[in-house]
Amino acid sequence: MTVLLVALGAAVGAPLRYLTDRAVQARFGAAFPWGTLTVNMAGSLVLGAVVGLPAGPAVTALVGTGFCGALTTWSTLSYETLRLAREGGRLPALLNVLGSVAAGLAAATAGYALARALG
Amino acid sequence: MDPDVDLRVPRDRRELAAHPVAVLGAIAAGGVLGALGRAGLQAAFPHAPAAFPWATFGINLTGCLLIGALMAVLRARGGGPPLARPFLGVGVLGGFTTFSTYAVDIHQALVAGAPGTALAYLAATVVGALLAVWAGDALAGRLLVRGSR
Repeated sequence: MTVLLVALGAAVGAPLRYLTDRAVQARFGAAFPWGTLTVNMAGSLVLGAVVGLPAGPAVTALVGTGFCGALTTWSTLSYETLRLAREGGRLPALLNVLGSVAAGLAAATAGYALARALG
Repeated sequence: MDPDVDLRVPRDRRELAAHPVAVLGAIAAGGVLGALGRAGLQAAFPHAPAAFPWATFGINLTGCLLIGALMAVLRARGGGPPLARPFLGVGVLGGFTTFSTYAVDIHQALVAGAPGTALAYLAATVVGALLAVWAGDALAGRLLVRGSR
């Protein structure tokens, strides 16, 4: 059952990362990876809430492990940082990776606090 | 080129309109495989909130190493087969690695009163991920050069 829920969440999360990245790039350009920052923040916010509730094992598998896990990514973040370092220099690359970590941590904290306050 | 999508690349820009079912299906299928691999490893190597999340750490660094290698190979082959990047890059490796669990585990370590673990995990993943993607790219690039001689 858990396997099925993780699979279902991931089958939605991974395509949604791709579609979000396309939409964000169409609006804000592809020079800086705003799309990956967007999905990583959104996924951290939602997972923070899932942990803060705390949600049961089924919701955690579906929404947490499956959906949020597949929506967010370290592989794309690291590759885009490498590409920024080669194309634009060290400052944009550092801003991307450190800004992502700071924003993701803030989003996770906000999601957790919101769920605690409402739950 | 980008592991997810780069709208400056004509092939990336056109792929969704040209083959929406194949592209989104490949991403979903790859994402499921990657996520199940991640879930299996995390279940096999669980960690307490105040302890270092070794499973997710290893998953993310491995995924970064592999994306560096994959993108070097695809770049050398003019992008490779049309569904290779959607399936392997967006799907499998994007679904295998996770940023949300990384961020939440740092927060959970802080909540559990282990700021040292939180900071060590935060920094080790950033440094490790960047070294891994660079190493994957460099190693694959070197093998490709050797293979073409």
